[in-house]
Amino acid sequence: MAEVLDRKMQTLPVPVKVVPAEKIEPNRLRTEEMVLNVGPQHPSTHGVLRLEAVLDGELVIDVVPFLGYLHRCFEKHSEAMTYPQVIPYVDRMDYLAPMNGELGYALAVERMMNIELPEKVEYIRVLFNELQRIASHLVAVGTFGMDAGAFTPFLYCFRDREDVLEIFEKTCGARLLYNYIWVGGLSHDLHPDVLGMCRAFVKKSRATHKEVNELLTFNKIFVERAANIGVLPADVAINGGASGPMLRGSGVKWDLRRNDPYSIYDRFEFDIPVGTGMMGTLGDCFDRHWVRMCEWEQSLNIIEQILEKFPQNDKTDVQKAVPKRIKPAAGEIYSRVETARGELGYYIVSKDDIKPWRVKVRSPAFVNLSLLPIISRGYLMADLIVILGSVDIVLGEVDR
Amino acid sequence: MFQDLNSFIVDLIGKGDLADILAVVVYAALPLVVILGYALVAILAEMKLSAWLQDRLGPMRTGPWGILQPLADILKLLQKEDTTPTDADKKLFNVAPFIVFIGSYLAFAALPFASIYAGARINTGIFYLIAVSGIVVVGILMAGWGSNNKYALLGSMRSVAQIISYEIPAGLAILSVVMIAGTMDMQTMCKLQQGGIQNWFIFGGPKSLAGFGGNYAWLLTPFMLVSFILYIVASLAETNRVPFDIPEAESELVAGYHTEYSAMKFALFFLAEYANMFAVSAIASVLFFGGWNSPFPGFLDAPWLGVIWFIGKAVTFVLIQIWIRWTLPRLRVDQLMHICWKVMIPFGMATVLVVGTIVTFLAH
Repeated sequence: MAEVLDRKMQTLPVPVKVVPAEKIEPNRLRTEEMVLNVGPQHPSTHGVLRLEAVLDGELVIDVVPFLGYLHRCFEKHSEAMTYPQVIPYVDRMDYLAPMNGELGYALAVERMMNIELPEKVEYIRVLFNELQRIASHLVAVGTFGMDAGAFTPFLYCFRDREDVLEIFEKTCGARLLYNYIWVGGLSHDLHPDVLGMCRAFVKKSRATHKEVNELLTFNKIFVERAANIGVLPADVAINGGASGPMLRGSGVKWDLRRNDPYSIYDRFEFDIPVGTGMMGTLGDCFDRHWVRMCEWEQSLNIIEQILEKFPQNDKTDVQKAVPKRIKPAAGEIYSRVETARGELGYYIVSKDDIKPWRVKVRSPAFVNLSLLPIISRGYLMADLIVILGSVDIVLGEVDR
Repeated sequence: MFQDLNSFIVDLIGKGDLADILAVVVYAALPLVVILGYALVAILAEMKLSAWLQDRLGPMRTGPWGILQPLADILKLLQKEDTTPTDADKKLFNVAPFIVFIGSYLAFAALPFASIYAGARINTGIFYLIAVSGIVVVGILMAGWGSNNKYALLGSMRSVAQIISYEIPAGLAILSVVMIAGTMDMQTMCKLQQGGIQNWFIFGGPKSLAGFGGNYAWLLTPFMLVSFILYIVASLAETNRVPFDIPEAESELVAGYHTEYSAMKFALFFLAEYANMFAVSAIASVLFFGGWNSPFPGFLDAPWLGVIWFIGKAVTFVLIQIWIRWTLPRLRVDQLMHICWKVMIPFGMATVLVVGTIVTFLAH
């Protein structure tokens, strides 16, 4: 689908009026629109994205995102891999939140095979998913600040993200691409230190949350930059298929952890923060940022509850439920999870083989990015960068 | 101690043409030495301060505690290939960095480093400084246009609009001081502020200037404070520092007007920025904080120690600029103009009016 849309976008007419040389009247020169290629090598495109912006002075008349610079044929690759072999490729889609992606894929296959999981595995999965959500939001908040010109909060965020990565490293040895959540279980049991590290992280992260709020969120200059910019009304967000903080920023209370509960999310108390237009208009960049800040806090709440309830004396093997042979019966499934970016859906078709016949991914970043032209027309060039930052795309997931 | 550097040279080689030429060369070269030395320190300070603000260590590998990092950076820049884009306007492109640097360098001619040293004794010193800072604008515009790059063009256009706009509040802030001092000569301004911290212009200036036994000087203090804040904010904008670094806004314009520059030409822009930071800070220290004067009469106030006080005060403001840079986000171009024209200029006008009234009717 990405490829088809990509082609469509390339054929979209860019509204540039070309005046023939003989028709130019020297005394009545008017200002021309300028086409500015932002990216694929640009500090603020968050990867290899190219935006073709039509500018009138600094005013953005139109913008078209061009994708495909990071296309790695994930979906086609999956058809040649066995079910467990797909998981490392899943990691490489949303490389800022691989745990979320892995959970989505594992859940889809488990649902096809009706696998019952040990409780301990469920707890570890949710714990790591929430840690991953925080890590991902830290990057989103930090880079969003950097797009607005604030460099320091970015490094505070990365300092905290480092703690999360260390927890993951301690558990499975990898820092970025884990291959941790397997179909029917996990690759490793928790390291004995991890729960202590999580407790320390929650304490530290609450302090950072406060610090980032003081330094960035309620900074007058930042509010001026983010409020009333890139307004996405709720109806447009729903029609455009937006999800995650992008949708909730527009005031729509939709979170798959509540609305379509998976794993053991129904056991925990947490709020679903939505945008309220507290600094400007409902659905502006500030609201999306604020939703991420609140979700960071809510994820910390969930982690605290997990740490309380965690079955520490449970010595169950985390690979107890991993099937010897992963070969779902013929059929198809659409399974979705709430990642840090929104609804990540896997549509898997099985033809009773050890390889999936088709894997289709509904990627939240891709859908959210498709709304960029709608919300950035009529703002300034500087706002375009802030709006793009507030969408929080990961090009690995957009292009797949 | 000699009266000034000129008489020292005359004493050394005797009076004559040779002494004059030598004096000119020394006066012209000394600031360059100061700028280069200062730039090395300032670059390191920026690296280290930003690192500490961000919970990092900063450079630690190059030399003990990373102190050789600026040298290594400059050596790297010297070795880099000097590229010129194919479609660039070569003349403009090549000349621009020099014009920008010259604009910053010219300012050093009028800075009174000490009572015994000021490059050129210009009786309209501060006026001269405002004038030469305009040359930088020409260089930036040439760089942006000559690069034939859209980012560079946008950056230079923004820069020109910004620098020209912010010279007005800066000028108004300077005007308040000039009204109190009754002179535009930087050296005389410093001399007026002799005799301790209470005589600095930030506290209303020398008591001898104010009427009624100097009592009304205190009346000026709040207005001078406003002037000072206006000047500092405007100087941040004139040196393209955060929160006004819109011309080279990294996240939008890659590197603004110096996107296409490499090697030494880039280094010249870099050097000019740091030189500019020092120049505006030095002007602030002369205008409001007594220039080369010691804060307490009789405390380390030998004439040659003035250099230390002067550079110390200027560097303090440079450090404040660095601190601000790594704390605040960046404004948008229309917000920047809004602040300049609708906030700072009215405040500047009001300050000039009040200070003018006080000076006219109560002082002298």
